[in-house]
This record gives sequence, C-alpha cells and structure tokens, in this order.
Amino acid sequence: MADRDPVVTLDGVTVVYGAQRALQDVTATFPAGAVGLLGPNGAGKSTMIKALLGFIVPTSGRMNVLGRNVATQPLEIRARVGYMPENDAHIPGMNAVTFVGYCGELAGLPPADAMQRAHEVLFYVGLGEARYRAVETYSTGMKQRIKLAQALVHDPDLVFLDEPTNGMDPKGRDEMLELVRDLAHNKGVNVIVSSHLLPDVEFTCDDVVVMDKGRVATAGPINSLKQPRGQVFELRVKAPDGAEAFVERLRAAGLECNATEDDVMRVFVPGESGARELFALAAAARVQVRHLRPSVPTLEDVFAKAVGVE
Amino acid sequence: MSPIHDQGYRRYVGQRTPPGHAWSVIAKAGIRTLISKRAFIGLLLLSWLPFVVRSVQIYAATSLPQAAFLAPDARMFRQFLEQQEVFLFFITVYAGAGLIATDRRANALQIYLSKPLSRFEYIFGKLMILSTFLLFVTWVPAVLLLLIQIMFSGSFKFFLDNLFLFPAITVFSFIQVIAVASAMLALSSLSNSSRYVAVLYTGLIFFSQALYGIVFGVTRDSRLGWISMPANLNRIGDAIFNLPSRFQLSVVAASIAVVLLILVAGVILEKRVRGIEVVA
Repeated sequence: MADRDPVVTLDGVTVVYGAQRALQDVTATFPAGAVGLLGPNGAGKSTMIKALLGFIVPTSGRMNVLGRNVATQPLEIRARVGYMPENDAHIPGMNAVTFVGYCGELAGLPPADAMQRAHEVLFYVGLGEARYRAVETYSTGMKQRIKLAQALVHDPDLVFLDEPTNGMDPKGRDEMLELVRDLAHNKGVNVIVSSHLLPDVEFTCDDVVVMDKGRVATAGPINSLKQPRGQVFELRVKAPDGAEAFVERLRAAGLECNATEDDVMRVFVPGESGARELFALAAAARVQVRHLRPSVPTLEDVFAKAVGVE
Repeated sequence: MSPIHDQGYRRYVGQRTPPGHAWSVIAKAGIRTLISKRAFIGLLLLSWLPFVVRSVQIYAATSLPQAAFLAPDARMFRQFLEQQEVFLFFITVYAGAGLIATDRRANALQIYLSKPLSRFEYIFGKLMILSTFLLFVTWVPAVLLLLIQIMFSGSFKFFLDNLFLFPAITVFSFIQVIAVASAMLALSSLSNSSRYVAVLYTGLIFFSQALYGIVFGVTRDSRLGWISMPANLNRIGDAIFNLPSRFQLSVVAASIAVVLLILVAGVILEKRVRGIEVVA
C-alpha cells in the first residue's frame, strides 16, 4: 500500500439508533499515518469507529478498512486492526500480562508469541513493572495504558484509539500522546485518534476529520487546513462602548472574530488587506488598538470554523 | 526526543492463525481459570462420590456371589445420571453464572468482539467451558462405569447385551448438558451480576418444578410436566434408556419444550452478546 493511500473510506454511511441519526450520509477518507477524528461529544466519532469495527450495521452506505469491505470481511479486518475503547474495559480475573497475552491469542498469535508480545507491549506502554498485577487494581491512567497494550499486542496495521487520554493526569497524558505519536511516526502503525481535545489531535496527528452532529464538517491535512486564505491577528483594544460592540462591527464588516479572554480577540481578515483594514475599522469606531500581532491559526480555529462555534 | 520505551515495540513477523479458532482460546482460558479455584475443584471431587459408590457396587456384584442382586443394568446407569443432577445444578451455577455476566460488567465484550472472532465463536467458546465441566460429571463417569463393569466382570457380555447403553448415555448426557448450559448462558447474558444470574437460574429450576408440583398435586395429571425443565429432561432420559416413564407427558412434548428452551436461549444470546449496547 502506498504511503498516503487511504486506510479507511466511508461512502454515504448512515447509522440510526431508534429515532436518532448518529451518522448522516458520511463520506470520508482516512489517509495512512495518524488521523484525528475530532468533534464535540455526540458528534458521532465513537459511532463511526464502532461501525468500522462491525459492531453497528449502518442503515446505508459502504465502508472499507485496509482495502477490505466491513460488511463482508469483518474478521479479516479485525485481525489487522486494534481497538482501544473509550470506557474502562478489561477481561476480569486476569493479571495484565495474562490479559494482554490472551488478547494476542484471540487475535490469532500462537500462545508463546502472544505471551512474548504481551511482555514487550506492556514495557512499551510503561506497565512493565506492574504487569503481574490484577487489572482490577489498576488506576485510571494504568487502565488507559493497558487498553492500548491489548490493542497493540497482535501488531495491527491500524489502531483505533477512542479518547486515549480520558481521565489521565497531565504527566500520563503527555506520555500517552508521545506513545501515540511514536506509533504513527516511528513504528509504521496507522492510527485514528478519536478525541474532543484539540491539543491531543494537533500533537499526534497529521490529518484530521472534523465531525459535527453526525456529519463531516471538514477534513484534510492539519497544516493545509490551518493555512488561512487571509490573515489572523491577535488584537487587544480599548473601546469606549465596550469590546462587544467593536466585535459586532468587525463581523458586520465580514471579518471572523473570536473573543478569547478579557479584551483579547482573534480576528481573521480575508484577502490581502490585512492589518490596514483592521486599523481603518478601529479608527471609524473610535477604538484604540493597544496590541496587534499576526497570529498562526490553530486547529482550534479550524475546528471552530468547521462546527460554527465562536 | 524519542521516548525511553522506544525499544519495547517491534513489528511482529511470526505466524498468525486464521480466524475461526478463537473459541478454543476462550474455552481453554475459561477452563484454566475455573480449575485454579480450590472450591471448584472440591465441588468436582464431590461430584465423583456417586461414581465411587457405583464402582464399589459393580465390583461387589461381579466379585461376590452374595451381592449378585446389585448387578448393574440400564436402570442403574439412568439412576446414576439422575443422581448427578444435583451436581449438575451446583456446577452450572458456580461455573456458568459469571461466564457472560462478568464480561458484561467489565465491558469485555467490546474487547472480545474487536478481535477476529464472531459473536457465535464467543458464545460457543463460553458454552464449551460450561459443557466441559458438565460432561465431566455426567458423561465421563457414566462411560467410565461402563468400562469398569467390563473390567471387573472380565467379559464384554453385559456391554454386548446392552449395546444401546453407550449411545443412550452419550445422547442423554449431551441433551442434558446443552439444555442446561444454553439456559445458563442466556441468563448470564441478561445481567452484569453473577449472583443475580445464580438466583435467576435457581428460580427457573425450582419455580418451574414447584409449579409443576402444585399443578400435579391439584390435577394428578403429569401431562403438564412440560412446564418443568427437570421433568422434561427426566421424561426424555426415561425414553432414551428405554425405561417405563414416570410421567404421562409424551416424549414429543418434552422434546419440544427442551428445543424451545434452547431456541429461546439462542435468541436471547443473539440479542445480548454485542460489541455495543444501544439504549433507545
């Protein structure tokens, strides 16, 4: 498979739970490498992953994973993918190394190889010293790590990680993100990271698919999505009528403006006019510009624009 | 800067078993887990006491002329399997109640079903765990008794005179075990608590038996035995061993009741064993 060939494709996929449409006519492509599946809670990210694993049968549409049809070859697909679920999940009554080795055997590895891989991946995820402890006694952060270990034990070509940093402390979160990044960029494992946390996706992924209300809001390489067709400025003003009035004035002039905190705002000026247009509008509104700095757009800007959040 | 754990992960280049064998992994792991429990080993040993008693009976009947009245016949084997029902019950509750319930409590189903195994394989693997132990206290000792009879008597005469016994033991044991194990698995899939499942199963057995007892007490008619799971199995057992039945209930009705029980269990398992639980 060529480097940037898609590992997952969805074509017109609709998933319905009772009266609720969890996915609505979703068409998306996930290229090889690390791809973020980004969106607020309830956007349909987990539903999409579960549909790709064959847990949910869509009412319409077609899905391919690693070149295989999800509807007709689910077992062949699952032999080559790993899944780290969002919520706490383990097989009860086992210690960590037995659990991970068991998962390896379930995935088709011979018992001796599965046990050897279990030791290796437990060291890799940072649970080497705790591998003989019962999984039930693990902390939340350790449970996240062991979920990653069981997803990796059979050396999948693609791993679905559903909210991998859920409930982790800052240090553990950084380590988990480092692991995910390492997997995708150094170990040749394709990764799809579902998260509502923008920094997590921005740190670990090269591409992003932004979901909102069961639809794909935007998708593409993060760097190209962050390329503005205009300029972004960080702006602080002193306005006689308050900053809100000035924000309204900017919007009325066709500029995108997101107030951040206090009197600081991020303003997207389309076209080539740049700061000159901002100064003109400020002068017209009798507003003092106290601070103006060109800003690099973040994934947050892309996300906010895609889902229509200010 | 690459992480310190960088050396711990490498790509796997060894062999992989094609999908279709995961049920045996589940079965082996489940059997290993249960036989590592002392209480369960104790229960298994206890369940073999009737076998020891029957072995002594066969020994006495074949070795001592005074004990010839103890000579084994088809009825003895049928009675032996009926005696084992009490152990069948306890082992079913001990080994079966948590088989799916604990997986549900720990959200393990999504781990299992994200691996290359089908729901059928998962259920079959779990069924094999329970069935192995149930056959270990029914079919295995009954067949061993047959072998012991041949050994102690030093001839195949009894075996040849009762050629139907081995198939009868086999067919009845398997019907009993499949019915009991599928009912327990279905109940285990209905809850996250193995204790609750144990209570449910006990209720199913005793309530159906008590209901039949009341109905029989009032009507003196055992044709309504189909409402009791033990009565149905006993009726089928009597027919398979070619013994006069204790029930007016027809063997066809009893068989239909058992088949229906297995079908209902299958439908429940199909609905409940899923990688995701949708609450509408």
